[in-house]
Amino acid sequence: MSQIDLWYASRATGIVALVLLTATIVLGILVAGRAPSARPGFARSELHRRVSSVAVAFVALHVLTAVLDSYAHIGWWATVVPFTSSYHRAWVALGTIGVDLLLAVAISSALRRRIPARAWRALHWLAYLSWPVAISHTLGLGPDTRFSWALVLVGGCSAAIAGAALWRGASTARARAARPRTIQPPRPSLRPTKVASS
Amino acid sequence: MTVLATTLHPGRLLGPEGAGGRPDLARHLATHGPLPAAELWGPNGRQWLLHEVQRSGLTGRGGAGFPTHLKLRTVYRDGAGYRDGARPTLIVNAMEGEPASAKDRALVGGAPHLVLDGADIVAAVLGASRILICVADDRRTMAAQLAEALAQRASGVPAQTAAHVDRTIVTLPGRYTAGEESALVASASGRPGVPAFRPDKSRPLTLGRRPVLVHNAETLANVALIARYGADWFRQLGAVEAPGTCLATVSGDVERAGVFEVETGTPISQIIGLAGELGTTQAVLVGGYGGSWLPAAGAATAYAPAALRRVGATMGAGVLVVLRAGACGLRETARIARFMAAESAGQCGPCLFGLPALADDLELLADGAASPDLWGRIVSRSALVTGRGACRHPDGVARLVSSALDVFAVDGHAHARGRPCPASHAPTVLQFSRPVDSGQGRR
Amino acid sequence: MKIAVDPAACDGFGFCAGILAGLVSLDEWGFPLLSQASVPDELRAAARQAVKCCPRRALLLSEDRRLTEDRPRRRRRAA
Repeated sequence: MSQIDLWYASRATGIVALVLLTATIVLGILVAGRAPSARPGFARSELHRRVSSVAVAFVALHVLTAVLDSYAHIGWWATVVPFTSSYHRAWVALGTIGVDLLLAVAISSALRRRIPARAWRALHWLAYLSWPVAISHTLGLGPDTRFSWALVLVGGCSAAIAGAALWRGASTARARAARPRTIQPPRPSLRPTKVASS
Repeated sequence: MTVLATTLHPGRLLGPEGAGGRPDLARHLATHGPLPAAELWGPNGRQWLLHEVQRSGLTGRGGAGFPTHLKLRTVYRDGAGYRDGARPTLIVNAMEGEPASAKDRALVGGAPHLVLDGADIVAAVLGASRILICVADDRRTMAAQLAEALAQRASGVPAQTAAHVDRTIVTLPGRYTAGEESALVASASGRPGVPAFRPDKSRPLTLGRRPVLVHNAETLANVALIARYGADWFRQLGAVEAPGTCLATVSGDVERAGVFEVETGTPISQIIGLAGELGTTQAVLVGGYGGSWLPAAGAATAYAPAALRRVGATMGAGVLVVLRAGACGLRETARIARFMAAESAGQCGPCLFGLPALADDLELLADGAASPDLWGRIVSRSALVTGRGACRHPDGVARLVSSALDVFAVDGHAHARGRPCPASHAPTVLQFSRPVDSGQGRR
Repeated sequence: MKIAVDPAACDGFGFCAGILAGLVSLDEWGFPLLSQASVPDELRAAARQAVKCCPRRALLLSEDRRLTEDRPRRRRRAA
């Protein structure tokens, strides 16, 4: 593979990875928010899982081609340690941070049954953070963003995520309001009060 | 309800003064004498006491009625017992989550030292390192009485065991489900005080990896009596399968609501007679708000587990609520259902959603809103919430509702045809720990 | 193989009813109703799939030791 091919492959896989990441996150939001669907709910959950695998694969390809390409001097170290690349240090660092976050999400999901539910949940929420990181990395670094098609793509992905997040917020509020009221407060005081001891 | 406590059996749980007065260690020792130190703290003391409790046939007074010695054996370890660092905890349940019950209040007011004796004894038998006495946070008098009694014992009672035992009184939010065993253990470990799903109840609860045993205050008070007077004495009163005396709280359409110490096996009619029925009794609520209604004829039933089981009831928290003729049992049941719906811990869907739905339906029935499928819906929803929660809260409500449809069937059919009884909007005779409005389940 | 629902963990997603249609139905509030406690042989694979798929890990199989362990709630879930 010539250097030019690697360079273009890196850019292309990056764009595809961004779209797939967007799709993964939107599907995850729809699952968690229990969006109604003609198909059974677990089908969307499975789809989210499979799309996320493909997204991770494309991120890996994007990173691989970027490192192998000698035009941009990005060492292997920079794939996981931010701010160690000599090429566009800050923008590549964002990409590195994105990879770190995705690794955390992917590994915790692979080990889901073995780690406490709370830990899995906290790590999974990092996926939300990976998205603005990825977008900034794309806009700051990608030379393709001078093309209008790329900007339309990025805009579309942003709109999809924003729409899904707003929908989720509203649907959670609706569910909360529809939930029967009990006298148990959402977060009861945990510490029993000590009166006396001997 | 002011706590008037009456005993028919002085020398047992409540003294002649009933529930009144302040904790008095001297009076306690004068009435009951000291604990039999030689037997209890002797070389085979732990086994001796376990054997006495077994011979006595004492059953739990917290609602489940489980044989106390069997419960003790789940945590009891023979020989050297537990090593330091693994010693169990004993939790004294004085939460009194049942609004129509006042027996824990009466006991703590009338005989706190019996409760604390029992706790000390059981802690010694189990080798516990810690006693946690749990009281509801709105029962400040109880907490104060127990604190005062503890203070009196710090100097007055000889050292019980070689190893140090921490005794702490804690107050917890007094919700209905908060007094459930696993909920208490959760509260004690700093987690939210809601019941836990326990697929295997034979495994003891744990608190920080150490075993924990929860006992009702009345059960422990009985242990203290058995330790002093022996199993044979204990068995002199009461039904054969559940001997001794028990505390029953009588309320509703009676002259003198209060707590009565009676021997198990006493006919219910006699117990409510002590409180003085107002007019003719139509029905009696037995057990608690998760218990069941008995028709007037059922009041002849002996107040003991086997007899009550035959009529579909249990002793529960020792609650007897009298409903007089002319009152609307369906309306009272609807109020209980609404109260219990709001008391759900909110963890399990069938309870969280099912109980308000049942309360809605019962209110419609009480209102006389005629609907052909209303009765059938109540029956099917009762079945739908049974056995599908982490605890027995929804099961209790379902049982109460089924018994109401049975006992108040004549009224019920009139209501269902749009002709509610005249008393269907009369004020309640029930006790609730907070106001109960209809339709609170939904916004 | 025995199957059970942890009612405190269950949040009514209903995935189990989709995967194990022969065994699990949903009540009027969307919560699972098991028609029986034991899993027929032909549904074993589907049962394992359903357990993996549950977002709250609320489905328990007897071959999984969690069916016999207490499951303390670590924190209240937000409404």
